[in-house]
Amino acid sequence: MTTANQMAVERYRNNFLKEVEANVEEGHMVKMCMQCGVCAGSCPLGPHWTHSPQKIFMMIRAGKRDEVLGSDSMFMCTSCYNCMVRCPRQLPITHIMHGLANYAHRLGLAPKGQPTRDFATLFWNNAIKKGRVNELMLTLRHYFRNGLVSGIKEALGMQSVGLGLFMAKRLNPMEIFGGHGVKDLKGFHAIIAKAKEIEDRKKGFTA
Amino acid sequence: MNAPATPVTPKYAAYICSGCGIGDAMKIGQLENIAKKEGKMAIVKSHPFLCNAEGVQTIKDDIANEQVTHVCVAACSRRAKTEAFQFDGVAMSRANLREGVLWVVAAGKEHDEVRQEMAADYVRMGCAEVKKMKQPAGNLKEASSKRVLVVGGGMSGMTAALEIAETGYEVVLVEKTGALGGMAANLWKRQPFKSPYAAAQEVGVGETAARIAANPLIKVHLNSTIAETSGAPGRFAVKVAQESGAISEESVGAIVQATGFTTYDIAKLPELGGGQPNVVDQAGLEGLAKQANGGAIKRADGKDVKSVVFVQCAGQRDTTGQHLSYCSGHCCGTSIKQAMYFKDQNPDIDTVVMYQDLRVPGMGEDFYRSAQERGVIFTKGKASKVSGGDSCNVTFKDLILDEENTIAADLVVLATGQVPNAGVDLEAWNPVVTAAEGGDEAAKAQRIVMHGSSVLKLNYRQGPDMPQFKHGFADSHFICFPYETRRTGIYAAGPVRRPMDMLQATDDATGAALKAIQAVENAAVGRAAHPRSGDLSFPTARLEGCTQCKRCTVECPFGAIDEDEKRFPKFNEERCRRCGTCMGACPVRVISFENYSVDTVGSQVKAVEIPEEDEEKPRILVLACENDAYPALDMAGLARMSYSAWVRVIPVRCLGSVNTIWITDALNSGYDGVMMMGCKKGDEYQCHFVKGSELAHYRMSKIGDTLKQMGLEPERVVTQEVAITDNARVVKLINDYVAELDKLGPSPMKGFG
Ligand code: SF4
Ligand code: SF4
Ligand code: SF4
Ligand code: SF4
Repeated sequence: MTTANQMAVERYRNNFLKEVEANVEEGHMVKMCMQCGVCAGSCPLGPHWTHSPQKIFMMIRAGKRDEVLGSDSMFMCTSCYNCMVRCPRQLPITHIMHGLANYAHRLGLAPKGQPTRDFATLFWNNAIKKGRVNELMLTLRHYFRNGLVSGIKEALGMQSVGLGLFMAKRLNPMEIFGGHGVKDLKGFHAIIAKAKEIEDRKKGFTA
Repeated sequence: MNAPATPVTPKYAAYICSGCGIGDAMKIGQLENIAKKEGKMAIVKSHPFLCNAEGVQTIKDDIANEQVTHVCVAACSRRAKTEAFQFDGVAMSRANLREGVLWVVAAGKEHDEVRQEMAADYVRMGCAEVKKMKQPAGNLKEASSKRVLVVGGGMSGMTAALEIAETGYEVVLVEKTGALGGMAANLWKRQPFKSPYAAAQEVGVGETAARIAANPLIKVHLNSTIAETSGAPGRFAVKVAQESGAISEESVGAIVQATGFTTYDIAKLPELGGGQPNVVDQAGLEGLAKQANGGAIKRADGKDVKSVVFVQCAGQRDTTGQHLSYCSGHCCGTSIKQAMYFKDQNPDIDTVVMYQDLRVPGMGEDFYRSAQERGVIFTKGKASKVSGGDSCNVTFKDLILDEENTIAADLVVLATGQVPNAGVDLEAWNPVVTAAEGGDEAAKAQRIVMHGSSVLKLNYRQGPDMPQFKHGFADSHFICFPYETRRTGIYAAGPVRRPMDMLQATDDATGAALKAIQAVENAAVGRAAHPRSGDLSFPTARLEGCTQCKRCTVECPFGAIDEDEKRFPKFNEERCRRCGTCMGACPVRVISFENYSVDTVGSQVKAVEIPEEDEEKPRILVLACENDAYPALDMAGLARMSYSAWVRVIPVRCLGSVNTIWITDALNSGYDGVMMMGCKKGDEYQCHFVKGSELAHYRMSKIGDTLKQMGLEPERVVTQEVAITDNARVVKLINDYVAELDKLGPSPMKGFG
């Protein structure tokens, strides 16, 4: 981890931008931002996060590596694509935001305890286990993420929803025992491992 | 040539059109009677469709067979059907029955009476006017020169010279240095001017200079300046002084001044590192790039540049009053270009352009994007301090992240602005001349120094250069024709008249070249230049009556009037724009044009029938500028907006031509009010004659005393600024004024007239 991290910027200008261009999905488009602020004004999440896409892009160009990779902003993006359809310079903003989130996550610099990040991790681990999502376990893990007491409280709060889903055959209580996986679970795990290996290699995460 | 000999016995004829619905709404027979009995027209005819071939032929036949010399056409506005109603060699007036009556007086029987009265008055006015008119013969001068002098051999001047010569006219090109090219010659590359606008392009100075050398119509004077310019369009006499002191004389018909700009002195920007090592301006960077000749750009100390910061708006767009307050327009693009010099040579060089607003006119946006693609970093920030030295530090406020920051760089480039080379500021000149003429020795010495810095060295009484515009740029009529100046036949082109980039400058030069050609052609046949292009009339003064008050000389916006040896006004017709401001200024009313005079308008004022007080029919005189206000009134008619039928509108060439006598005459004969409508005045003027509207406002501000003596309220005379698009507003202005006068009650002068 730190190997990649130690590639850090020591100078103010170009290097972090180059790092982003090399490692972040659509990162090469960051330099094309003209700082008009349309994205910042378009984002429905705007008031709820620290940095708008406009600021993130400016910070990248200003070499503010720690601030960018430690920002919660990318994790707050809901993929509404509002910014992207409006950007006069046609930056794939949403994709860049996700690319940055992923990069920060891999480097271990992403903010700890950031709820959307945690949920995404939960979701991923759950999904790759059996090749399909175990909704019951996903929900329970999510409710009990902060311990038993608050878990029970949250679960009780959602009781009627759960009951409705059960009645409509959308929730199977038997999944508590692990649920069923995809047909070739081994093969599936091999695919995921290979994909990770390729991506790690591409992004320079293999030693 | 169309210099008709006006037949000795005048014969007047009036033609009344009943088409376009005029005949349905008005009693044509009565109008005919008025033209005959009151207008004293020898021939009066009406026609159901006067502007068609047959109607026009009727008039032509009468001119040919009945020796008609003066024609009054009572039909549509003088601005309509101008091609149909064009009769060479006769004087013509137009009574506006369509736009001025039919379309603006409310429809319906109950308005029949006032409509007919209005129409009758316009017929009276048209007849009265035409009787006072003469057909102008033009101001023919023998041996008018069609050569054009271009002052300044930079990109603008070279372009103007080539454009003029390639049209077939001779050019005299005067350049003060030893080579053509000006500022452009010092550039490594220029901003792109051709698709795809992605990379800097060759400047092409050498090629352009070679084209000039190869053109037999262009005569170049290098190392030369202007020692004196005298004369007028078509007959300028120019003394060209060489460095050696040798003088040659050139006679030319028009002048293009393309004297360009100087860069703002970087030493005035110590806080941004001006004067420190490794801080240069954009011109300095061009020098370094030229030296590098495509290789690595080195600093003055020989070190390779690995990082460079461009500080935009250095000493520009300044709000403190210390530096230039304007934007020079080219420097954002120039920095983009220069950043690319570095990136193209070595992509690893850090290049930061620090801007507050990136302004890239024309196709500059593509160029900007291209620089971003090459990795030039654009930082929105305002630099507050630059320390020069081996590693320069730029302290700035990041305007997006809202924080103070510092960047280090090997080289800092300041984007400084353009300062025009417009010669002597006449506003500073005039007081010096007055003091010098009063015998002040210091002023005499200063006058010599100032005169030495003049570009054109005009011997006009108004001063040696053209008037200056805001921030010392050469005069420009930015509303009508940007190259047009208040010195007729002298056109300003390029950055001398406003900051601009090279592409704009060459476009500008092309425009000015065409204006200069137009000027020599007009001068050769004694016609006016813009905006009354083609007008053959010109002002003359009956000097027997002149009191030498100098008002005409001073107020002429175009410096057309000098003084002769006996201190009488001396009109230089070729410099004159035919605005009539001199005529409006003259207190003894001795200035007139053949077809526009104190009498042509005065007789119209008097021709209107003023109803008795008890008839409760006020009469309001509207003097409307024919360039903007009159068209706006016509447009109101076209849109069928109605205004009060109490008004009688007379178009004037410019509000500046309004002589106070028209107003006092109107009030004396019982009009209830006078409204003047002219163009916007002041710094943001829209007046076609620049100062006319302003002068009129000024003169009217002094009319209060006269009104008081007559026992009239000041509200009886008002002046309004009107734009050509104000069609709805003119209607409101009129109707509001009518209501205001209604409150005031009828003029006490009624019945005395
Ligand atoms: S809308 Fe596009 S160009 Fe504008 S600030 Fe956002 S990313 Fe940059
Ligand atoms: S796509 Fe993401 S960053 Fe863009 S507007 Fe939507 S939530 Fe905001
Ligand atoms: S062109 Fe750019 S650098 Fe030059 S004054 Fe205008 S905004 Fe500033
Ligand atoms: S005031 Fe107007 S009309 Fe009179 S001389 Fe000057 S330009 Fe000509």
